[in-house]
Amino acid sequence: MSDHKTMTLTLIVWRQKGPNDPGKFETYTAKGITEHHSFLEMLDVVNEDLIKSGKEPICFDHDCREGICGMCSQVINGVPHGGQDRTTVCQLHMRKFKDGDTIYIEPWRARAFPIHKDLIVDRSAYDTIIQAGGYTSCHTGGVPDGNSTLIPKDIADYAMDAAECIGCGACAAACPNGSAMLFTGAKVAQLAVLPQGKAEAAARVKNMLNAMQECGFGNCSNHYECQAACPKGIDVKFIAKLNREYLKSLFA
Amino acid sequence: MILDGKCPTGPIEKTWDKHRFDLKLVNPANKRKYNVIMVGTGLAGGAAAASLGELGYNVMAFCYQDSPRRAHSIAAQGGINAAKAYPNDGDSIYRLFYDTIKGGDFRAREADVWRLAQVSNNIIDQCVAQGVPFARDYAGYLDNRSFGGAQVSRTFYARGQTGQQLLLGAYSALSRQIKAGTVKMYNRREMLDLVVVDGVAKGITCRNLITGEIESYAADAVCLATGGYVNVFYLSTNAMGCSVTANWKAYKKGAYFANPCYTQIHPTCIPQAGDYQSKLTLMSESLRNDGRCWVPKKKEDLGKHPNEIAEDDRDYYLERKYPSFGNLAPRDIASRAAKEQCDDGRGVGPGGRGVYLDFSSAIKRVGEDTIRERYGNLFEMYEKITDENGYKRPMRMYPAPHYSMGGLWVDYNLQSNIPGLFVLGEANFSVHGANRLGASALMQGLADGYFVIPYTIGGYLAGVKPSGTATDNPEFKKSVEDVNNYRDKLLAVNGKKTVSEFMRELGGLMWENCGMARSKESLETNLKKIPALREEFWQNVKVTGTGAELNQDLENAGRTADFLEFGEVLCRDALHREESCGGHFRVEHQYQDGEAMRDDENFCYVGAWEYKGDGKEPELHKEPLKFENVHLAVRSYK
Repeated sequence: MSDHKTMTLTLIVWRQKGPNDPGKFETYTAKGITEHHSFLEMLDVVNEDLIKSGKEPICFDHDCREGICGMCSQVINGVPHGGQDRTTVCQLHMRKFKDGDTIYIEPWRARAFPIHKDLIVDRSAYDTIIQAGGYTSCHTGGVPDGNSTLIPKDIADYAMDAAECIGCGACAAACPNGSAMLFTGAKVAQLAVLPQGKAEAAARVKNMLNAMQECGFGNCSNHYECQAACPKGIDVKFIAKLNREYLKSLFA
Repeated sequence: MILDGKCPTGPIEKTWDKHRFDLKLVNPANKRKYNVIMVGTGLAGGAAAASLGELGYNVMAFCYQDSPRRAHSIAAQGGINAAKAYPNDGDSIYRLFYDTIKGGDFRAREADVWRLAQVSNNIIDQCVAQGVPFARDYAGYLDNRSFGGAQVSRTFYARGQTGQQLLLGAYSALSRQIKAGTVKMYNRREMLDLVVVDGVAKGITCRNLITGEIESYAADAVCLATGGYVNVFYLSTNAMGCSVTANWKAYKKGAYFANPCYTQIHPTCIPQAGDYQSKLTLMSESLRNDGRCWVPKKKEDLGKHPNEIAEDDRDYYLERKYPSFGNLAPRDIASRAAKEQCDDGRGVGPGGRGVYLDFSSAIKRVGEDTIRERYGNLFEMYEKITDENGYKRPMRMYPAPHYSMGGLWVDYNLQSNIPGLFVLGEANFSVHGANRLGASALMQGLADGYFVIPYTIGGYLAGVKPSGTATDNPEFKKSVEDVNNYRDKLLAVNGKKTVSEFMRELGGLMWENCGMARSKESLETNLKKIPALREEFWQNVKVTGTGAELNQDLENAGRTADFLEFGEVLCRDALHREESCGGHFRVEHQYQDGEAMRDDENFCYVGAWEYKGDGKEPELHKEPLKFENVHLAVRSYK
């Protein structure tokens, strides 16, 4: 099975012991990498070597390794998730690199995402934004039949486009303002267009935007870096929708 | 010992309603005096924590990820079953119940499965109310698709991301309760011990994965919703962090482990590409609505581009073997059929371990755009991993470990044999028997979380006095000490082999000798090799860093140590079960055509294992299964 050509790569990786450590770049060599390795499997190989030589492996967040849980979070050569269209780090494969490449690997960098260790950051600010209003206040049980309210296909599709967000944080990491407006806008838009979410739309947008600002995220100034970095291709039109919903809420 | 599942009796369609009425209640003003621990916040745990918090209990919820939104429920692709019968195709609660019992090869409790089918419809309504964007038709009605093991369309879906949308629904409900202060969320915590006081579950000890601190929490009841254990095969479709650890620690404190040998090998996963590989990726069963499985009839065609192999030279083996269910044969059957073709030397791709999943007939019938609309994200994912375009050439698939039907033993109230310990979702053994049908895992997780535990936990709590959250009982102190010592022991070995080398080795043994086909000989081999590997682990594993910091190597070491113990019990269960049923296939027990041969006379029971101490054989307890509504029969999909 391993009859592929192999690559040798130079990795320049951000190492930081803890939130208060200044951190620095360290250089490593990744050997024996094939085009079929995923980016994280390439890091697994490097970590195995580090462990065997008694050194601490590089810490990074990862879990499902199939692009849906939103746990993986690395800036590769300056781009969150590495720059392949609609792709998380875990789904990025080494066939996108070539033998001899030098690769810079850093954690998300945004004021609201403090670093825990190496490439692992604290993204609880995203949970805080959702807790501020990213839901419909329905109770468990006692809800009407699923077909009692018809939702036209285009509305359902629009809501689904927004709901695809995996909450990875790449949008804020890519934004020069460290803004979470794509993340916040996607949830606001999803619930604002669905009949189930309309009743609380005004309060929701205000509360979520307040939470976003309190968490230390900036605002949008139309760079669109977020959409480019988003592994689910969430459209910046949801930021426009967020702004419209906010305006509407002022008159509600 | 004969176990009693405490199932209600009487006409099956009245059982849950009657039981609900018979359960004691905790009045609203008293609920706030009770504390409940929820470990795991996927579909089952997230839904349960939200619902219990809303009822007024004080809930402490724990997950190992950085947010409850990341639980592996999120990766479920295809859909969720419900007996809504919207398509007018003859579905009913009874039919969903029947299909699930039969799909599980008659190894699940009737009453539990009936309840699941009954509440399935409430789940869809609940999720719609939360704003889950299920697929709709142009008139605005909910859309359905078909899944394996059923001849009706009862599967609701949200593109290829149904698990994600349902999990985000539960996460939003949970977030609302966190905001309301009824649920306190503890992220990045891994449960490492169950605290049992005077025979009753009273709390947990866990490791704070950021600081390394060992922390204890006390409550009036502990719920485990900690998922499945198929990472014991190392390569599986589970997330990297999925482990048996929480369940295993509960087992070592006296909870019985039921049917560990019932593991599901999913037929359509992307084949392994190399030895370095860290996981296998599933391609949703929904693809078999439109994809046709085949291999070349002639071995000399194996080297050819699949599109150049003539129609007559293709063996659509599922359609040939199972004409009435065709490509939608259940998972255990479809997986074994794929293995058979590859064992016959007609497998495709690297190592000959693959079959084709071909969409060309469907594309001809409905067009590429429709196929893209239905499964676009799956085709994208396939291309990212394999660099091949599934629209232009058939996908390559091979079975991979995916789900565990076995789990901690629970009674009808989802309570384990330890009073106060409840087990939800994939972590328990209750409804899928020996094989789970597609789109039923999401159904079970949410059923347990939204509509079962909120009632049954009340029945328990109404009978106990609230005991507060103080951890001053000596059992808590001892638990923290034990966990600390165990951690130090792992760090002290300082050997030469890495944790993942051990895990790969264990996974290899499990897949080779206890995978899709098991024999007395292969299982006995494992019962010798696994203890030897475990011994080597404790003498030669290398774990870097310290306990008092974020240390992923240490986390993996702990999970691997537990798998090294658990794998042996799994093999022991598989060895004792001298029959083939569902996902458990013993080569000694098969019909001439290779179908599984069940032995209802001797094995129509749940096998639950009790821990008797390190180095001692666990003891088997049995819960006989009675079938009063569904006639025990040879399971046929022909």
